[in-house]
Amino acid sequence: MPEKYRFLTGYMKTFKGGVSLPEHKDLTVDKKIRPIPPPFEMILPLGQHTGAPNKPLVNPGDSVKVGQCIGKAEAFISAPLHSPVSGTVKAIKDIFNPIYGKKPAIIIENNGKDTPVSFIKREDPESLPKEELIAIIKDAGLVGLGGAAFPTHVKMNIPKGKTIDTLIVNGAECEPYLTCDHRLMVERTGEILKGVYLVASILNAKNIFLAIEENKLSAIFAMEKATVQMKKEFHGKQIQIIVLKTKYPQGGEKQLIKAVLKREVPPGKLPLDVGVVVQNAGTCFAIYEAVYKGKPLIERCVTFTGKCLREPGNFTVKIGTPLKDVVGHCGGFTETPAKIIAGGPIMGIAQYSLDIPIIKGITGIVFISKKDLEIYEELPCIRCGKCVDICPVNLMPTDIGRMVKYSRWHYLDELHPSDCMECGACAYICPSRVPLVQYIKLAKIKESERK
Amino acid sequence: MENNFYISQGPHQFTNTSVQKMMKDVIIALAPAIFASIYFFRIRAVILFAVSIVSCMAFEAIFQLFMKRKITILDGSAVVTGMLLAMIMPPSLPIWTCIVGSLVAIGLAKQLFGGLGANIFNPALLGRAFLMAAFPTYMTRWNMPFTLDAVTGATPLGLVKFTQNLNINYQELFIGRVSGSLGETSALALIIGGIYLLIKKTIDWCIPLAYIATVFVISSVTNMIAPDTYAGAVFHVLAGGLLIGAIFMATDPVTSPVTKTGRWVFGIGCGLITMIIRLWGGLPEGVMYSILLMNAVTPLLNRLTRPRRYGT
Repeated sequence: MPEKYRFLTGYMKTFKGGVSLPEHKDLTVDKKIRPIPPPFEMILPLGQHTGAPNKPLVNPGDSVKVGQCIGKAEAFISAPLHSPVSGTVKAIKDIFNPIYGKKPAIIIENNGKDTPVSFIKREDPESLPKEELIAIIKDAGLVGLGGAAFPTHVKMNIPKGKTIDTLIVNGAECEPYLTCDHRLMVERTGEILKGVYLVASILNAKNIFLAIEENKLSAIFAMEKATVQMKKEFHGKQIQIIVLKTKYPQGGEKQLIKAVLKREVPPGKLPLDVGVVVQNAGTCFAIYEAVYKGKPLIERCVTFTGKCLREPGNFTVKIGTPLKDVVGHCGGFTETPAKIIAGGPIMGIAQYSLDIPIIKGITGIVFISKKDLEIYEELPCIRCGKCVDICPVNLMPTDIGRMVKYSRWHYLDELHPSDCMECGACAYICPSRVPLVQYIKLAKIKESERK
Repeated sequence: MENNFYISQGPHQFTNTSVQKMMKDVIIALAPAIFASIYFFRIRAVILFAVSIVSCMAFEAIFQLFMKRKITILDGSAVVTGMLLAMIMPPSLPIWTCIVGSLVAIGLAKQLFGGLGANIFNPALLGRAFLMAAFPTYMTRWNMPFTLDAVTGATPLGLVKFTQNLNINYQELFIGRVSGSLGETSALALIIGGIYLLIKKTIDWCIPLAYIATVFVISSVTNMIAPDTYAGAVFHVLAGGLLIGAIFMATDPVTSPVTKTGRWVFGIGCGLITMIIRLWGGLPEGVMYSILLMNAVTPLLNRLTRPRRYGT
């Protein structure tokens, strides 16, 4: 960390609570984004986002092209799916989806020719009407690339009667190990900014903030330089760079809004209820690609990292690439990993095998070595109150955990477990290793059953 | 290589504190005070510490065995209880009385309530409260340091309360060369331990600060009003069990509130009750009862001081 930026400490914005984590980002932070060529067999799960799954538009035996829509989005909260390669559909069968369990997927054999459908390039998309831009984003199958994979077009459709005054671009990337957004902000600075301006013009947002954690100085510098250079290009509209304190979960929507604007999103409400839309920096890059280049979401930047990889790094990976084909491009393993996590090590999901495909919502894959593996046992809660001190949404995780453990369901009403966003900071800090997130998830289920 | 990966729910990375490490920190923090008490009270201190620690661990194992719980005497909590219990005993206490105290502390206060984390009252303090009620003569027989069984002498708080003797030697009081319970006399050693715990973030600073500040303020005011009857603030902070109570007993995570506001109220409440007993009660010292009483209202404090719901 260069010392010259430490003076910013006083100006860094943040929220109340949260935890400081060991970052482990040095493994990949300097690694340039490299493309990984698609392998012979691609696995494309039908349903890689929050919302309704896709309906397949192809049958086994059909030939497909790069960018061809192969999965239809039928509901409003859904996003279409496109083929990342050209080739033949081999089968539609159930596979293990890294996030959503055993779900059907389209298996495509890559013919290696990369024959694309014609992508419509647009020179001056800002002149297009809003509705058309949202339609382009929807048809490109864009989802939030920060991990939640919420369909992007839904976020851009502001219901009547609501106004958005602020767009916050999320460059916090607060999970340890992950560096894909950081690298995108350094290497695709101009493209991200063009995407940001598009989103801002669709939303009619007066203020645009780009919030980056203080541990990503190279991204902060690159963005500060580019915003000044590109000011003319965007009719004087100014993006403000916000330096955030490095703290988990700084990248959570509610925490980000609190840190940047001091606004709190009420329970059960959305950011747009307080006039804000938050978009991830990587999503803004994908929006640029979709609108300017006409390219649907068929690839994304992913961090493959961990001490077991010989060459960890940041890669552009085609959606649907099986994990086992990625490992070779990272130099192979120095030792067999003990645990594989899809996502970051706090909110990520442990994986059974290397056969899972990279899907839209995967920000990174962390390979944990045997030495770093944490095997723990739940001990009795000693009521130290650390979870209460750090909970970013002011809950009392220890009390919720205790009530769930002893089935005191009626006490849960006053403890509001539904406010929890499952960031896992409480479970991280717990000296007794109580699986608080799982208790709270159970509390949420019981709460909805009781209503 | 297939399907050999370790599976667990998130998070997959943890802070490096654990219950055992916290207990170890408390034991390290207690060490200066233990050495001080061995220095001042010699073989009596060694015997009582050994008996108290061993009997606490033994009772923990026996109760866990009979209650069909996992035996966890190595987690450090029984050791800490044993140390604290010995520290708040008079040096001349008969050994069997100390064992009875351990039985009440571990058996009644801790295991019958459900073991670690489930007790309402601080085990060591409840053990002492029982002995105080059952064997008051043993519990109020004080020795001067280095003199062992020969010379008895009242504690500084007793002197002030019952003889209005306000000639206080602050240096002796700070170092701990006064009569009193084994581990409570040396303010210096206790403060060193407290600073260690604060640096390690094993205890929260709210409770000790609120507790000591309340005592300081009340004793300053009463001293100003009636300087001939009431001793000064420094005396009340250094004398008796205030420092061991504020640093090691009131901060027991299990029996103190989990919210920040709750901890402030808890600390202030402890200070108030301590001073009421010390100044106007029948006993010279009120630390033990103040903490036990505040332990009893801790569940209520937790409910009343819930953090504001986010976004409302």
